[in-house]
Amino acid sequence: MFVRTVSLWRKNIYRHWQLYCIVALPVLFLITFNYVPMFGIQIAFKEFNPIQGIWHSPWVGGKQFEMFFDSPYFWPIIQNTLLLSVYALCIGTPAAILLALALNEVKNQRFKKIVQMFTYAPYFISTVVLVGMINIILSPTTGLYGQLSHLFGVDNVYDILGESKAFSSLYVWSGVWQETGYGAVIYLAALANVNPELYEASKIDGASRIQKIIHIDLPAIRPTIIVLLILAVGGLMSVGFEKVFLLQNMLNLSTSEVISTYVYKIGLVNTNYSFAVAVGLFNSVVGFILIFTTNVLARKYSHSSLF
Amino acid sequence: MEKAIHIREPWSDRVSIVLIYIFLSIILLCVAYPLIYIVSSSFSSSAAVTSGRVWLFPVEPTWYGYQAVFQYPQIWTGYLNSIIYTVLGSIISVALTIMMAYPLSRKTFMSRKVLMWALLFAMLFSGGLIPYYLVIKSLHLLDTRWAMILPGALNIFSIIVAKTFFQSSIPNDLYEAAQLDGCNDTKFLTRIVLPLSKPVIAVLLLWAAVSNWNSYFNALIFLNSEHLYPLQLVLREILVMNNVSTNSITLSPEQLKQFEDMKTLLKYSVIVIASIPVLILYPFIQKYFVKGVMVGSIKE
Repeated sequence: MFVRTVSLWRKNIYRHWQLYCIVALPVLFLITFNYVPMFGIQIAFKEFNPIQGIWHSPWVGGKQFEMFFDSPYFWPIIQNTLLLSVYALCIGTPAAILLALALNEVKNQRFKKIVQMFTYAPYFISTVVLVGMINIILSPTTGLYGQLSHLFGVDNVYDILGESKAFSSLYVWSGVWQETGYGAVIYLAALANVNPELYEASKIDGASRIQKIIHIDLPAIRPTIIVLLILAVGGLMSVGFEKVFLLQNMLNLSTSEVISTYVYKIGLVNTNYSFAVAVGLFNSVVGFILIFTTNVLARKYSHSSLF
Repeated sequence: MEKAIHIREPWSDRVSIVLIYIFLSIILLCVAYPLIYIVSSSFSSSAAVTSGRVWLFPVEPTWYGYQAVFQYPQIWTGYLNSIIYTVLGSIISVALTIMMAYPLSRKTFMSRKVLMWALLFAMLFSGGLIPYYLVIKSLHLLDTRWAMILPGALNIFSIIVAKTFFQSSIPNDLYEAAQLDGCNDTKFLTRIVLPLSKPVIAVLLLWAAVSNWNSYFNALIFLNSEHLYPLQLVLREILVMNNVSTNSITLSPEQLKQFEDMKTLLKYSVIVIASIPVLILYPFIQKYFVKGVMVGSIKE
């Protein structure tokens, strides 16, 4: 059996040697930048010191993990991370679905195009520019927000940017502003594939617009929603670094420190490699378990899954 | 003969469509207003901006904001660096994507299952930030231009999109026919697959270009020298850390007095300048991204 497989393989390489040559370079990239770093995970179980390197630093077992679980930062960081991602998911997904359903009802093509053009555009603004815009517009002294507050006679303007309680809302709603139009595109594509006969039949049966949306449109985009939800749940523990890091300041750190920014500071700023790798590994493993479980559940209960 | 079914809409449906139009108009306003406000402010005088007299259209129109941007050398070095990283990075990334996706799409390529699992696993699990950083460091890529181009070049999601496209739009019969005519695997790629895949290649290029232009994370962790900084990192200094260097702008005494106001105006202008390349590509992005999203949503 084994010998047969080997000879089959050899024949395949002989027949398609050009394909193997073509694939060699990207495979080299995959190994170098995705798989070689995985060997570095062992640092989490060692006391890394740069002179001895990754392989020769002494083993310390689960010490780094114990330190992380006992540290006063552990719960706040997990809480902040989960709060941001759950909040973003609960607002962001319905917003995109709502926009897609509404756009799908519009018969005036010009109006539809204009709305799509503008709502789609912010997705392509870079994170740095987005946060720059937030800083400019929400500045309590010179910004649009400050000016408006003064106009309405508010003297003590509430500083959204420096208030730790406002951070999660600032993060989520700026995300809604930036990503809803892009998110809606996927649902619109699914809605475009609905069989028009279904609409005609529902019309004859006297269904109202709302009934039509609930009984035809929503079921049509259900598989898309589920696949995107699986992905989102898998990513619950990995709130993106880029935006959070830029929105952080000394005043809101108590609610804005998430796992990815913490790993960056511990690892690259304070160069405490072993501890940072342990935190990162904890994060990767939980994320991996989350995405697998949701995928299994989704396959079992709804017959749509990611893999 | 087919005849359109015509049923008079009930009043509740007419009310609901009016509500939908109102809802969409409010959304349009909320999304568009900040964009218009930034552009209008960038063309206004600094006094009008800081005293809050700009609401919709530019007030006391000037080019001062843009002049300040032009006199700021870091912005131009950053711009040039970003162009280099974006052009080289996107081309290399798309080349790697095709080189991986094409063999994966061929049914007779025996290693495709193993490779596909290796890709999926790498997409779901990673070594994390520090091991990644240490690999780049041991390859001596830190603080070089290559650190901005090579580490992020292999995009697994793009590979899956391209592979799905090749599989669904290039029939197996075509390969068998080409083989009978003496066409080998490489020729099949360059003469048949690539010309047939222009739309998907356009999508992948745009994808890579936009994400290269907009990202700052790799630059933040891999670069130290300021002359290598991409635009986004320079923008971070100006917009987020509020570091506008005085020595680079030549100021007369009365200008110095207005420096604080000028600093505010500069931020508006630099946002517009930084977004121009993406703005130019936007019509293509709108045309091709939607297609890309749809190809990506097809499952094997």
